[in-house]
Amino acid sequence: MKTRKANKHYCLGIESTADDFSIGISTFHGKILANIIDAYMPEKGGIHPREAARHHAEVGSQVLEKALTKSGIKSRDLAVIAFSQGPGLGPCLRTGATVARALASYLDVPLVGINHCIAHVEIGKLVTGVKNPVTLYVSGGNTMVAAFDSGRYRVFGETLDIALGNCLDVFAREASLTQRPGMPFGAVIERLALKGKELISLPFTVKGMDLSLSGLLTAAVTILKKGECKLEDLCYSLQETAFSMVAEVTERALAHTGKKEVLLTGGVAANKRLQSMIRAIAEEHEAEFDVVPTEFAIDNGAMVAWTGVLAYTHGMVTPVEKSFVKLRWRLEEVEVPWMK
Amino acid sequence: MSSPVLIKKGAEANLYLADWHGRKVVLKKRLPKKYRQSTLDRQIRTYRTIHEPQLMHEAKKAGVPTPIIFLIDRKNATIIMEYIEGKQIKQLLSEVPEKERQQLCFRIGKLVGKLHRFGVIHGDLTTSNMILSPDGKIFLVDFGLGDKTEELEARGVDLHLMKRALQSTHFRFATECFNSVTNGYAEVLGAETSKSVLDKIKEIEKRGRYVAERKEKE
Repeated sequence: MKTRKANKHYCLGIESTADDFSIGISTFHGKILANIIDAYMPEKGGIHPREAARHHAEVGSQVLEKALTKSGIKSRDLAVIAFSQGPGLGPCLRTGATVARALASYLDVPLVGINHCIAHVEIGKLVTGVKNPVTLYVSGGNTMVAAFDSGRYRVFGETLDIALGNCLDVFAREASLTQRPGMPFGAVIERLALKGKELISLPFTVKGMDLSLSGLLTAAVTILKKGECKLEDLCYSLQETAFSMVAEVTERALAHTGKKEVLLTGGVAANKRLQSMIRAIAEEHEAEFDVVPTEFAIDNGAMVAWTGVLAYTHGMVTPVEKSFVKLRWRLEEVEVPWMK
Repeated sequence: MSSPVLIKKGAEANLYLADWHGRKVVLKKRLPKKYRQSTLDRQIRTYRTIHEPQLMHEAKKAGVPTPIIFLIDRKNATIIMEYIEGKQIKQLLSEVPEKERQQLCFRIGKLVGKLHRFGVIHGDLTTSNMILSPDGKIFLVDFGLGDKTEELEARGVDLHLMKRALQSTHFRFATECFNSVTNGYAEVLGAETSKSVLDKIKEIEKRGRYVAERKEKE
């Protein structure tokens, strides 16, 4: 019994904020032993929260099994269960939280609720080795520039309406493009954009530290429907305009905070053109640039497991009665005692 | 011209201090951004270089102190303007006692009110874009992201940005400061208009991502 207790230094993390259901396992030293991701891909249209949640419930137990097998540890070796408590889609979050509560009570270990956005930053820091970056987090659901200041991560710029990945996805669907596993809409647009030559003028909307993408999307779709422009040129122009907007707010945060590291993460981080833009900005400000590898940049359980380790080892636990999901939980609301 | 000294390297432009015909001036240069596609880069830089002085001029008409423009060099995307001596409000807010802080914020609110009443949107109302001159005037600078409109939405976004800037830079007394700002704003625009702008801000916040209040009210 004693030996087993001494070996309890693993955290299992559950991620289910949107279309991915994922379980990761991390040691207390930040070694990622497993990171199993099962994505829900609708045949048509966007993510239907209830459908996605149903997918999560269906694949839940097999993802858990795979993660445990991959990690080579036994469930009773787990010291703590972490889960994405928000922000995200209600039904999806609730499914993950239910699995987390069940596991924690079955294994009789503490539960810790993790902020999804902070988890993205923390895993990015772990895998790239940066310490105190300005982070540009761009995905289907989020578009924000965050950096640490006075005890918390603070938002130094964000979208006022839709997320960058959402903007690209909706445009792709309007253009009747198709995605498949390993080739999401963003990658399809990126590929088409490489063949684009002519810049079509689209609205560029930066409002101080924030940006707005909905006008850009509407304009791009309107031009698309007129059918007078080449799709390649339109993809090219959409990327150039949207990426220049996020690049500007990133540079602004970098100039404002004076930090010396820039981290790019989220699903859209895989885009090479975006990477080159953010890299150029980092160079301009003599900062180090790092992009998080895709496995850890998209929604994943490993990031929740690792952030769970950080939170738990700094005395944070979430009692079951306070483990309700928080759909609109901003990262500024969370204390991060592990950062100095 | 003596060789300009870089005083601020911003995301959108670089500022240089220089001597120009015996005057102390600021050169605002919008340098090409390597990361930007060249056509888009030129469009953005030219537009902002022409647009900014126009808005500064409008602001003066509205009764809001802004630096004097001496020259607009469209080709090089450079503006030469008066150098304002004084201290940034950003710095002052964390130095002065509470009463003075509230007074400053109240005066800022009045200035923003004057701008909005005249149809000018600043577009970047952060405390680093406000300077208190030695003769006690508050100057507003950096109109590069501004606009000329009387739309409620634009006014709301403008003031919402001010609120967010206070929260990220002066989080210890952000609420108190913003209250003083809105009081000053209301004094110029009247209680009714001011309320509709504040309601707009609430709406914008709820539109915003992951705002707890939105869920509670649904």
